[in-house]
Amino acid sequence: MKSLETQLRTLRASGRKALVPYFVAGLTPDWLHYVDAAIHGGADVIEIGIPFSDPMMDGVVIQEAAMRSLARGTTLDSACSDLRSLTSSVPLVAMTYYNIIHHYGLLKAAGALRAAHVTGAIIPDLTLEESGEWVHCCASDDVANIFLTAPSTDEDRVAKIANVCEGFSYASARMAVTGKSTDEGDAHRVVDTIRAATDIPIYVGIGITTPGQAQEVSSYADGVIVGSALVQQILSGATPQDIEATIRSFRQALDQS
Amino acid sequence: MTRVDTFMSAPDDRGRFGEFGGRFVAEALMPACLELETAFIEAWSDPVFLDEYHTVLREFGGRPTPVTPLRRLSALLGIELYAKREDLAHTGSHKINNVVGQTLLTKRMGKTRVIAETGAGQHGVATATAAARLGLDCTVYMGEVDTKRQELNVFRMELLGATVVPVSSGSRTLKDAVNEAMREWVTCVKDTHYCLGSVMGPHPFPWMVREMQSIVGHEASQQLVDLNVGTPDAVVACVGGGSNAAGIFAGFANSTARLIGIEAAGGSAVGLGSPGVLHGMRSLLIQDEFGQIEEAHSISAGLDYPGIGPEHAHLAATGRAEYYPIGDEDVLSALQLLSEMEGIIPALETAHAVAWIVQEVGKSIPRGSSVLLNLSGRGDKDVAQVRSILRAGA
Ligand SMILES: Cc1ncc(COP(=O)(O)O)c(C=O)c1O
Repeated sequence: MKSLETQLRTLRASGRKALVPYFVAGLTPDWLHYVDAAIHGGADVIEIGIPFSDPMMDGVVIQEAAMRSLARGTTLDSACSDLRSLTSSVPLVAMTYYNIIHHYGLLKAAGALRAAHVTGAIIPDLTLEESGEWVHCCASDDVANIFLTAPSTDEDRVAKIANVCEGFSYASARMAVTGKSTDEGDAHRVVDTIRAATDIPIYVGIGITTPGQAQEVSSYADGVIVGSALVQQILSGATPQDIEATIRSFRQALDQS
Repeated sequence: MTRVDTFMSAPDDRGRFGEFGGRFVAEALMPACLELETAFIEAWSDPVFLDEYHTVLREFGGRPTPVTPLRRLSALLGIELYAKREDLAHTGSHKINNVVGQTLLTKRMGKTRVIAETGAGQHGVATATAAARLGLDCTVYMGEVDTKRQELNVFRMELLGATVVPVSSGSRTLKDAVNEAMREWVTCVKDTHYCLGSVMGPHPFPWMVREMQSIVGHEASQQLVDLNVGTPDAVVACVGGGSNAAGIFAGFANSTARLIGIEAAGGSAVGLGSPGVLHGMRSLLIQDEFGQIEEAHSISAGLDYPGIGPEHAHLAATGRAEYYPIGDEDVLSALQLLSEMEGIIPALETAHAVAWIVQEVGKSIPRGSSVLLNLSGRGDKDVAQVRSILRAGA
């Protein structure tokens, strides 16, 4: 079992719901301060977006953040080199599009991520059918392959995805790209379907915007991923202290569930 | 046993043409891609469906389009030049062939709505047209830059009852229109088909669109036999995503004809690109050293695309087809030349292929050669733009 999954299973066994904030690498010169703030505020895993010019699975907020970060010159190497300076032991998971690692070289990319203490990867446009080579490249580097399951995924595919998914299973709450939303969408049904196929921890993302939503979702899921809501705050000028406060409010909501 | 290579046959199970193609989409879209693949395979071997497709193209689409000997230009250049007249098809380009097929398939799948991306607006107009004919709802995504370059086509789509959504992300051209259409498709995939406009995207689109455009090549090869030309020495077509080229190449893939695709110099995925993954496919893409997709630059909105269909990438890799770039300046004079000498105003996209032929006669196209040009579209949509460029230059 990959080390990320061992850690996240232990976390679940302790009764704690996982809080996974998403940050865009290189969005601001001090982007790591936001990561530190989130860790202080009670995050359990940090998801790091490595920007791509054509983020097909992202809504306007993360698109805007990706463009700003790219304009600052962010690359896979610069993101990894920044991450190496983090001192916390909170697990890091990278999220990027397939072309970035394809272009970098799959084996080399897995090694670069691992050297930056990244122990999981989410590649949303890498389908199960095309994932063989990447999964193979990650095997020796202890990088967990995290796959998404969507509301449109049928039971058969859910089972196939569950077979290869490592670390945690990413349950997409709705048929949409990343963004903000006001309800929990199809999250409950998706989580139930995945749960029937595997006992890996299941985290819900896509549209989780408020602590209330997170609390609701965590009554059946093992964790939540919060992306656009935080990125929007940073784009609007929030300080690391502001982000820490937001994370604390999510933490409290989850701890009460 | 000797193996005879048949070019342009079906892709493998994963939708690969050699090392190109495949399926790289959000999991949310996978079920729709699989459903589409099954529906297409069934429909394309169903005589009732095929009959309807051919009937609609005949009664509504204006097919078959003629092959016209371009006599004055032939005499000027010293070659035998023929044009397959897709400009005479309904809506003024080859795009109608694909959208007739895909909208019929949409209905067959029980879906009630189509979305599409468009560059020049030709595919958007064609989709709106075919959707209107079947009473399907239609929304078209178009880069903001292109809505300005091709204002009249925006109005045409609206007249046809479609909604046009300007896309203001990224380079605000075709590439971003595709991104936005894919993002939207995720939200409405249950009742909506994404009517992709070229031989690109995730499997089965590159194959399906080529099949639906192959009528161009099959008609043309018979027409050249009827004209006593037989197999031409070369078949030349412009390439954006590559659908008109794939369509005409399909009629000559296993003949001795040279197959030649002409890209815009600023969007030349074969010349400037390297293997990468974008818009659901692995193909040749123009990208920087970090794998960020670069913006294409072309005078013609329809060729302003940093990639190329995966089957073309494969045809280039195997050497069966050749791809060359043509710059903006040569395109304008070729457009004027064809207009003045043959009474045909071609689309700016098509003018790339004309320009290459003019440039290459006496070089890689020996005098006396027989050449088939795919005249992919008419230039009406471009006359305002051409006028302003020519006036500015005068
Ligand atoms: C007339 C015409 N030719 C060619 C193209 C390029 O598309 P493709 O390469 O798919 O034929 C377009 C696209 O808008 C077009 O309008």
